[in-house]
Amino acid sequence: MTLLLEKPASTVAPPEKAPYWTMRRRDQLAGWLMVAPQLAGIVAFVIVPLGMVGWYSLHEWNVLAGTFDFVGADNYAALADDRELGSVLKATGLFSVGLVVLNLSLALFLAVLLNQKLRGTVVFRTLFFSPVVVTLVAWTIVWGFLLQDNGGVNAFLDVAGIDGPNWLRSGGSAMASVIVVQLFKNVGLNMVLFLAALQGVPAELYEAARIDGASAWARFRRVTVPLISPTILLTMILTIVGSLQVFAQIAVLTQGGPGTSTTVLVYYLYQQAFQFHHLGYGATLSVLLFGIVLVPTVIQWRMRRKWVFHES
Amino acid sequence: MKLRALTAAATTAALLAGCGGGADTGSEGPVDLRMTVWSANAKHLALFDQIAAAYTKDHPDVGKITFEAIPFENYTTTLTTQIGGGNVPNLAWILESTAPDFVTSGALAPIDKDPDLLPSTTANWEKDGQLYAYPFSTSPLGVFVNTDLVEAAGRPSPAQQVAAGTWTWEEAAATGAAVQKSGKGGIVVGDFDYKGWDTLNSIWAGWGARPWSEDGKTCGFDQPEMVDAMSFVHDLAFTTKAMPGPGVTKDFYAGDAAMVLTQISRAALLEKARFTWDLVPLPKGPAGEYSVVGQAGIGVLKRGKNAEAAKDFLAYFTNAENSAELAQFFPPPRKSQLTAETLAKANPLLKPAQLQSVVIDGIERGDIKPSHTGYAELQQTVRAALDPLWRPDADVSGVMSGVCAKINPLLAK
Repeated sequence: MTLLLEKPASTVAPPEKAPYWTMRRRDQLAGWLMVAPQLAGIVAFVIVPLGMVGWYSLHEWNVLAGTFDFVGADNYAALADDRELGSVLKATGLFSVGLVVLNLSLALFLAVLLNQKLRGTVVFRTLFFSPVVVTLVAWTIVWGFLLQDNGGVNAFLDVAGIDGPNWLRSGGSAMASVIVVQLFKNVGLNMVLFLAALQGVPAELYEAARIDGASAWARFRRVTVPLISPTILLTMILTIVGSLQVFAQIAVLTQGGPGTSTTVLVYYLYQQAFQFHHLGYGATLSVLLFGIVLVPTVIQWRMRRKWVFHES
Repeated sequence: MKLRALTAAATTAALLAGCGGGADTGSEGPVDLRMTVWSANAKHLALFDQIAAAYTKDHPDVGKITFEAIPFENYTTTLTTQIGGGNVPNLAWILESTAPDFVTSGALAPIDKDPDLLPSTTANWEKDGQLYAYPFSTSPLGVFVNTDLVEAAGRPSPAQQVAAGTWTWEEAAATGAAVQKSGKGGIVVGDFDYKGWDTLNSIWAGWGARPWSEDGKTCGFDQPEMVDAMSFVHDLAFTTKAMPGPGVTKDFYAGDAAMVLTQISRAALLEKARFTWDLVPLPKGPAGEYSVVGQAGIGVLKRGKNAEAAKDFLAYFTNAENSAELAQFFPPPRKSQLTAETLAKANPLLKPAQLQSVVIDGIERGDIKPSHTGYAELQQTVRAALDPLWRPDADVSGVMSGVCAKINPLLAK
């Protein structure tokens, strides 16, 4: 590239017409070439599929018969008539709220705890982070065995004299199980992000607060939280978006049951598109999901100036 | 200049890469064929490869024949996704439950019907008198029994009860309950796990129950015989405790259960069993003796390339000679091959008496597992509506009416 950008040595008089490949154009082209692989990836795997999903949502596509008929807004009208959609959105909301609240609180709690200069913190940090690097499906399958009626969790409870529920077979405990399995899988990541943020809070601020007579809670509330608020925003967006995309845990642990209590939106659209062969309607559900993910993201992003302190 | 040449080369390469996928040299030279299957069993695949090799030897116009194993759990989903994505296989195994979807949609090319095929085996694969898939495996359901566990529980062996004419569901339940008291599993319904409800047809058929009417329009779950049959299943799980409850896994093949209701083709899993086992017919139900058959067909995908070559290979793959070879794994649909002698040669693990009572009698009079257009959606809807049944205090009749309320709109489609 250096070779290409070298200025040609010239001893003759300047030409009447400026060369096409000026330094500026060369720089521009070099820039485009450098981002081209990334851009091509985004176009091929994000922009084009997004457009195609929108296009498919206007069609009735029968893969077996090989028919692809334009139906206009019929699939969108079907959303309103879908008797299952209400319970699907409820399950999705329940999962997201449960996961986001538990994940962020636990991650922050662990980060504050492990930020102390105590013995063994490195071991605990590693312990909590290790599930993040485990394959999601392997992690979920193992939990599936543990959560069986005669599985490890109930055997453990039995020792303590507690008769544990049939975790994956009753509505409430099935949803709680799926949330907890996902919580322990990813809490380590948020914990590390919080830990990094906590370590960036200047010690003199705490000292000043202490001299001013602030209690431990007041120091946390008035010093720590404002200073790590950019990280809280980031982890919240990531966790909400991630929670709306949950699929593998549901597919492996409950297949949406019992009843439809754990049928979240992504699993429902998978069922509609790939199991029931309603590809057009599945695409419509994808558009709905896109909207649902977009709204909180945009709201949070717009609100950030109001409650995020110290944004660079 | 260098830069322009570089840009031109990159553009050309990108264009070529973009267009390369569509290149097809199909019309020249031998054609390749691909069949999707759900068995990854090495012995099965070796036999298929052997038949394919013999075929390509005599057919230079056919190059390579590939058998692509797709896991059973997601078989139909993967197959239809391949079809939707334009990667259409030439031939495919098809499950009996999805037969109506494949046959009525026009996805399959019609094939010739050999007069040797039993009418009971082809009914599920026909439309307007035309056959659309070859029913290559017609596997009756039987009961594999761990005779060691039954004996240890002090119960008479099912084989003795069959001989005495007392092999009924009440007796089977008593045996299951006696074994379960010892900590092992009693009766396991293969592939059920309180989700695959359609496998329960191996029980409810004994009550004369059906999930829906013959024409597929009327729900049968709320009918008295179905309510009685499902009350019996509920009792097995929660009252008599003859069957492992929801969320409890007992593996028959590892010696952890007294009985398993499954297709006889699973006998291969017992090759290395460390217990003595037997195979008996399904117990007698209130509606008398009955049989249930699981089926699989092979169809030629109309939109796959070279459908004619695929049809020709299918005719060869399933001719009388190869069908006899395949019979060691897949019970044949041919009248001429349904004799205890022929089957005994192919199934060394089973005794002639077992083959006669379970296989031959089963295929001739067996009920085929439920099927319907839009089966996957029905399957899922019934699964969700049946979930409230799998609690000790369930109102069986109420749950069954609820199932009908949920699936009636789907049956009416």
